[in-house]
Amino acid sequence: MMMNSTHLRHHILAVHTWMVYLFLYVPILVLVVFSFNRSKSISSWEGFSFRWYVALWNDEVMQECVRNSLVAGAIATGIATFIGTMAALAMSRGEFRGKSASSALLYLPIIIPEIVTGAALLTFFSVAHWHLSLLTVVIAHVAFSISYVTIVVRARLAGFDPSLEEAAMDLGAGKVATFFRVKLPLMMPGVLAGALLVFTLSIDDYVITSFVAGPQSTTLPLLIASKLHVKSDLPVVNAAATVLLGVTIVLILVSQSLLSEKKGTVE
Amino acid sequence: MQNPFRKWLPIPLLPTWLILGAFFLAPLAIMFIISFARRGPHGGIESVEHLRDLPQNYRDSADVLYLHIFWLSLWMAVLTTVLCLLISYPMAYYIALVAKPSRKNLLLALVAVPFWTSFLIRTYAWVLILRTEGLLNTALLHLHLIREPLQMLPSHFAIMLGLVYGELPFMILPLYASLEKLDRTLLEASNDLGAGGWGTFWRVTIPLTMPGILAGIVLVFIPSIGQYVVTDVLGNGKIMLIGNVIEAQFMGARNAPFGASLAFELTAGVLALLMVYAFYVKRGMKAGDG
Repeated sequence: MMMNSTHLRHHILAVHTWMVYLFLYVPILVLVVFSFNRSKSISSWEGFSFRWYVALWNDEVMQECVRNSLVAGAIATGIATFIGTMAALAMSRGEFRGKSASSALLYLPIIIPEIVTGAALLTFFSVAHWHLSLLTVVIAHVAFSISYVTIVVRARLAGFDPSLEEAAMDLGAGKVATFFRVKLPLMMPGVLAGALLVFTLSIDDYVITSFVAGPQSTTLPLLIASKLHVKSDLPVVNAAATVLLGVTIVLILVSQSLLSEKKGTVE
Repeated sequence: MQNPFRKWLPIPLLPTWLILGAFFLAPLAIMFIISFARRGPHGGIESVEHLRDLPQNYRDSADVLYLHIFWLSLWMAVLTTVLCLLISYPMAYYIALVAKPSRKNLLLALVAVPFWTSFLIRTYAWVLILRTEGLLNTALLHLHLIREPLQMLPSHFAIMLGLVYGELPFMILPLYASLEKLDRTLLEASNDLGAGGWGTFWRVTIPLTMPGILAGIVLVFIPSIGQYVVTDVLGNGKIMLIGNVIEAQFMGARNAPFGASLAFELTAGVLALLMVYAFYVKRGMKAGDG
């Protein structure tokens, strides 16, 4: 009796879970399928074709926006990961004056709604007479992603055994050597995860970027948003979405295998 | 090197303070000041002449129109959060505690793929399904469940659906993290002591996974209340939430001072809710300990 009811419960849970997966994936699947549609229609299937991928490949505006997104994403990731990691190290190292203020400062960009951050940055740049460009996009992305790096790296440092550092020191390694040969390798997965998070946040950001991007610095999400209002552009959006999805899946697979390899060498 | 009696802010934190000070705190401060100015004749910003006009934007925002929009936004965000929690908990429970351990990584990756995919594109995908000539209507017509296509875009239903769809992974992942850490022997002990399935669930599992639930609620609620992308895409600009109104003041209406005052009311509202939330959470934790 007991066994049966547990069984039934687990069965219901399994069905529920697969329904949620269906809910998560049906829209994405629809998008992928219609990216291969021969006609312009986004509601009826009229045969298989790669024409929208060809159109995407020849779309120079799209290429420029992808370039803008990648450049801004790469620079913002580099800067935010470096600054955020330093902050995480400092925050995990005992008490000091201004610690709770720093902690509050680091939580603020996450707590304040994105639209407020975007509007504030736009106000700031226009009051300061800064030209909106890729530079303002990078600055905005760095500002909102430092906190995420700090959180991810701090989580990694929280599981860190301080006796390892002490052991290295006792064995005669200096402060610098201990940092580079013990602490840094141990926290590296956290740093990489933080960097990956920043890169995806930056590449995907629409709200804040839409406030701070200039006419010459349109990023991919901004371009896609503008195309959503033009019906004839929708098939190309489908193709672009499918390519993005493919890149995402490859990135996830690569990062998973990297992390499991790391695990293998440590253990 | 360091004075042991007075440890000040460590140097590695300086870049963070510089960047966030210059490009986060300063912009917020400037926007706060501007919320007391007024719109100039060409969409510029000019200062008010009389002291009594300073809070004019805040007075204007107390209009029934805006109060209604604030209320609707709050309600939609709360509903989104509750729905996400109800949908995600059983799923996270299944992945963490029921599914075969060898399949866990795959199941989690399946949650993460949409999470890493463009929010904008995921929202737009629903347009393909919900349009008047879209897939859902086509399917329902073929099945003879409806006689004529349902008008689902724009609607509050579509926006709600889009919000839940977009925020779901942000609820599933923290819930999974806390369920995964759950000590199963506690569940067995509770069962052995006769608490039964539901008793164990309500009195052991739920309290022990509270950190995940609380994190998920914050992670879903905050983006939901200020969002305007889902409303834009699935509301065709016909349904306005507070995020849309703020965006319109800065981009369309060019009334940045008024937009600034709305942005600050939104921020103050969110911060106040978080403080009340944190207060009750702390009290609840203490009561739980005692």
